[in-house]
Amino acid sequence: MVDYLAILPEIALLVLAAILLLVDIRLKEEGKDTLNWIALFGLVITFVLTILLAQPGEEEVIWGGMLRHDWMAFVFRLVFIAGAAFTVVFSRGWEAIGDRGEFYGLLVLSTLGMTLMGAAGDLVMLLLAIETASIPLYIMAGFSTKDGKSAEAGFKYLLFGAMTSAVMMYGFSLLFGFGGTTDIYALADAIAAGNVPTLPLMTSIILVLVGFGFKISMFPFHFWSPDVYEGAPTPVTGFLSTASKAAGFAVLVRVMLVAFPSVTVEWQTLLAILSAITMTVGNLVALRQTNIKRMLAYSSIGHAGYILMGVAAASSLGVISVVYYIAAYLLTNLAAFGFVAIYYKQTGSDEIEDYAGFSRRSPGLAFAMLFTFLSLGGIPPLGGFFGKLLVFSAAIQADMVWLAVVGVLNAVIALYYYLTVIKFVYLRRQEGDEVPFPVAKSQSLAIIICVLGVTFLGVIMAPMFELAQKVASSFF
Amino acid sequence: MVPLSYYVALSAILFALGALGVLTRRNTIIIFMSIELMLNSANLLFVAFARSFGDVSGQIFVFFVMAVAAAEVAVGLALIVAVFRNKHTINIDEVSGLKG
Repeated sequence: MVDYLAILPEIALLVLAAILLLVDIRLKEEGKDTLNWIALFGLVITFVLTILLAQPGEEEVIWGGMLRHDWMAFVFRLVFIAGAAFTVVFSRGWEAIGDRGEFYGLLVLSTLGMTLMGAAGDLVMLLLAIETASIPLYIMAGFSTKDGKSAEAGFKYLLFGAMTSAVMMYGFSLLFGFGGTTDIYALADAIAAGNVPTLPLMTSIILVLVGFGFKISMFPFHFWSPDVYEGAPTPVTGFLSTASKAAGFAVLVRVMLVAFPSVTVEWQTLLAILSAITMTVGNLVALRQTNIKRMLAYSSIGHAGYILMGVAAASSLGVISVVYYIAAYLLTNLAAFGFVAIYYKQTGSDEIEDYAGFSRRSPGLAFAMLFTFLSLGGIPPLGGFFGKLLVFSAAIQADMVWLAVVGVLNAVIALYYYLTVIKFVYLRRQEGDEVPFPVAKSQSLAIIICVLGVTFLGVIMAPMFELAQKVASSFF
Repeated sequence: MVPLSYYVALSAILFALGALGVLTRRNTIIIFMSIELMLNSANLLFVAFARSFGDVSGQIFVFFVMAVAAAEVAVGLALIVAVFRNKHTINIDEVSGLKG
């Protein structure tokens, strides 16, 4: 029985997806926005059930080693389900996706794949989880087939995704050859026992990193993300940049720390260099963007670089910082894409210039936006600041002071382009900026929750920090 | 019996051919075929290792890889049709409305 409770969130998500698809058939055209409520309540219920019933117990290895029921899996499940719930709220009323049952069904199934990614303890499970999460995302990115940009985004996402996952698969097959097992936890011992030379092992690690790097949009596999983020429907972009990225990091942390302890120094150096390049490229290119979705895409590449710093530290503090950063980043970036979605629905524009006079049209929303962008920029006392503080200290603790210096310089650059957006929102004016700005109640509530959450993570660190410590304790 | 190293070499060649096809070809359908070649090179390696270890988990892996590849192609062809309807081309150099 314990086994079933351990996968309760997955069961609930699967049932929810089935309900959504079945109800969709029965609903008449005008009643389709009920689907949005069903998806939202279903995800909220799943979230609560996960907290109440699916906490990690004594039995950590479940389903014959396919899944791990530890704090890592638990925390990341909550992250994914929360990300999906916010995405549902921001999809409300969005043209071509807001009233489609299959869209919500795919969103829930993708979330299911991500929860399995966070828990996978075997390469077979990992492959299936990654693809279960990715394939619905390809469709969601290209969901507005009549809109050429959306179809192109889905198409590019799929091409990059299929290519990188094929490379990753080749890496898996080499690892199977070195270790003779597909169990991630048995792989480390098998590799040590087989005396695998460093060079072939590092080659297969790099092949595997191609697949993971695509998910987290790490340099040099970040090319897809600005195009896909710009073309995909904005609620989907929000989901891609938060939950999907978090899932990639969950897998990266688990596989790197568990399977390759024998070459820790080598992959640490590799990830540290990639982290420095990723954040520098992301932040520098973000400076000259005029489209807010592209700017946020490059900024999210930059954030991936910061989080990689925590992974590269390969220490207890490193894992804590990754979890903390992802929690804060999830809330802030979902809110940021929430503003973009709300604004686009009203004005039909994603250009940063068109945000002029926003503070007069909706003072509340503009204030929340200021808040969110300051947190993304890492201003205390918001969640983003502590996330950055933790990854920097993890880097310093791991004797990578140079990396922390690069990180701090990048944070300054990033602050500049975040403040540019705020400049348009607050200081510039445009015609018609006295017209009030209508926002749906559920969406303003979602944004309030995000803003409160970010403040909470910044002011009261202890609860999230303790949770992150529990995650780290399953690795060290 | 054919030694294991032959299989490894063959799969490396197939993988390189697939990767080369992905990088150099401009027709999306051919790119997809090249991706399939890369996946099959991984499959070959799995089966070869499974045979030499006498461990079926590698062969089971291959079934999952094939299922995943089929799903990916199904979605991929649908998206290619959607792009073709909008742009009237499946040449990836001409599908470039998004850039900056």
